[in-house]
Amino acid sequence: MAGDTHKRKNDVASINEDYATKYGFHDPVDYFHKGAKGINHKVVEMISKMKKEPRWMTDRRHEALDIFLAQSIPKWGNTKVLSEIDFDNIYYFMKPIEKQQDSWDDVPEYIKKTFDKLGIPDAEQKFLGGVSAQYESEVVYHSMQEELKKQGIIFLDMDSGLREHPDIVEKFFGTVIPAGDNKFSALNSAVWSGGSFLYVPPGVEVKAPLQAYFRINAENMGQFERTLIIADKGSRVHYIEGCTAPVYSTNSLHSAVVEMIALEGAYIRYTTIQNWSRNIYNLVTKRSQVHKNATVEWVDGNLGSRLTMKYPCMQLVGEGAKGEILSVAFAGDDQHQDAGSKVIHAAPNTSSRVTSKSISKGNGRSTYRGLVKVHKNATNCKVSVECDALLIGEDARSDTYPTMEVDNDQVQVEHEARVSKVAEEQLFYLTSRGLTEDEARLLIVNGFMEPFTKELPLEYAVELNRLIELEMEGSVG
Amino acid sequence: MSHNNALLDFENVHVKVEDKEIVKGVSLTIHPGEVHAIMGKNGSGKSSLSNALAGHPAYEVSSGTAFLDGKNLLKMSADERSRAGLFLAFQYPVVIPGVTVANFMRTALKAHRGQDADMSDFRKLFRAEMKELGVSPDFATRYLNDGFSGGEKKRIEILQMAMLKPKIAILDETDSGLDIDALKKVAEGINRFHSDQTGILMVTHYQRLLDYVKPDFVHVMIGGRLVKSGGPELALKLEDRGYEWVEAEMSQGSGK
Repeated sequence: MAGDTHKRKNDVASINEDYATKYGFHDPVDYFHKGAKGINHKVVEMISKMKKEPRWMTDRRHEALDIFLAQSIPKWGNTKVLSEIDFDNIYYFMKPIEKQQDSWDDVPEYIKKTFDKLGIPDAEQKFLGGVSAQYESEVVYHSMQEELKKQGIIFLDMDSGLREHPDIVEKFFGTVIPAGDNKFSALNSAVWSGGSFLYVPPGVEVKAPLQAYFRINAENMGQFERTLIIADKGSRVHYIEGCTAPVYSTNSLHSAVVEMIALEGAYIRYTTIQNWSRNIYNLVTKRSQVHKNATVEWVDGNLGSRLTMKYPCMQLVGEGAKGEILSVAFAGDDQHQDAGSKVIHAAPNTSSRVTSKSISKGNGRSTYRGLVKVHKNATNCKVSVECDALLIGEDARSDTYPTMEVDNDQVQVEHEARVSKVAEEQLFYLTSRGLTEDEARLLIVNGFMEPFTKELPLEYAVELNRLIELEMEGSVG
Repeated sequence: MSHNNALLDFENVHVKVEDKEIVKGVSLTIHPGEVHAIMGKNGSGKSSLSNALAGHPAYEVSSGTAFLDGKNLLKMSADERSRAGLFLAFQYPVVIPGVTVANFMRTALKAHRGQDADMSDFRKLFRAEMKELGVSPDFATRYLNDGFSGGEKKRIEILQMAMLKPKIAILDETDSGLDIDALKKVAEGINRFHSDQTGILMVTHYQRLLDYVKPDFVHVMIGGRLVKSGGPELALKLEDRGYEWVEAEMSQGSGK
């Protein structure tokens, strides 16, 4: 074990030195069910069998795999980087030896240490409604306050959700994002493992935010978590998840699916900050269905990764539905954040607001790709899209591809897009007050992100600022 | 060489902007307790001189020497000059979106002191200074210069000066864009800051700020040079008769 750890440390150090000291932490885990690399029907059958799933789920997995194998990779976005992915060189399932834990005391020390670095214990003590932290492909720690149970709230990892509430899962799973939506949602539907399952009964208000943390921690391991959130009529909930990843030498695939359903009059806020190590392909599909007079707010921060392709989507399907997406993407050297949003207005009197902020540094690249679709029957809609890009350095790049398809004329549309650079005058003003150029640049970047940061719970805001500070170190030139 | 105990001392300073010489050999010595005013028309080079002294990278000091409290100013970056005790109140303060005045002020103080200011001490001092300058407390949480009126921006500049307590303050057209009430508040702020330990260099087109902040020395800048120096009475004469008589005097002088 010690030798193994030592070897891994060397791996980390030799690969991406400064990144390792910044975020590089990973703990020795004894991979019990590491399985083999590559994907085929045998693997899918094995995953489903090991989880003792009902037959309908097994069948769905097989169908999804057929779709995945039949589809080619997207012909848009960063096709060059996408084509680097070697699907045969990825583990599609693994399970740590540690069984799911009931109490904090039972959580292994090395996992706690990792959480420490993420600042989780504080969050836990302060206001947690419940924690479920995914370690590897499965949730190893899960605590739920008695109060949640009393209110009838179900907050489980997805595997347990399927075991304990197959009826609810069968009713909603894959209804917002069918397996055939795209190649990566098909892959996720075939091999998914872990993720969160959250159901809030009618009229119930969840006062404290519910949190889940995800990490990837195995070389070449794909992670395919699946999250399903259902807010029943008139309920309210704030769900938070954040990720940081340890450093590994070979490329790794993260392909999650998140489905959210806000039934009549319900309110969901979904907050996520993802910070992947620089070798990860982060290709996720996230979508919410917003029913009559319901509201979904999406607060989405993306850092790290080799390539992120992520376009949270809101389908406003009921009259009076409201949707808001606020996102930030930070693209450092050799990174491409291809992010954006999709909003579908499919009912009258619906409104949406998209605020997208991106920062590109060094040779980093950010792309905003957005679609607003207003159907013919969706009269009296309000649409607002604002894209704001900040470039740091001469080689940084930002592209904006907004698409608007409006099929009726009773719609109020606002659209704004801005690209700015850190201006010399701003730098001089701040340095003339005693800040070094690095400090000045960091302050400007933090200010740029402020509309996003102020929507985060304090711990997350602090963590995000710290991550940005690390990203900005030595950014001169 | 540097004069003994001078706060700011520069000699034969030339300043180039995009390879064009704007300031053509200016010398000045400011001792503790002194207030100097450089007066000149637009384009005379006075703002270029201010920016160059504060270390703006676009303003190159192509020759000459400059010392701040005995230290070689020209070897320091803008932030080092600030931390060494030089302050420039901007003619056009810059907007920094998303950064509150309070956050910015704490960050600047931290840069000067090398450590975070105690939160309650900071608040007390900050509120007191805002009150003195007639700045409403809600400015603390507004984004720096974002949507501020001209007068509000200038007050926030003086607020920064009061908080950072420099040895020498260069005030670049601080009176421009101010109504009479704002002018008085700003002038009070400058006078409160000034002591026998500090030096002030006011750079201005008009004389009116000098009604409230009394200069010990007035210098006239024309065509990138200081062409005439005197006491406060020189400012009044400029106000009364404009810059033409100085120019006339110069051409007579050169005609001899």
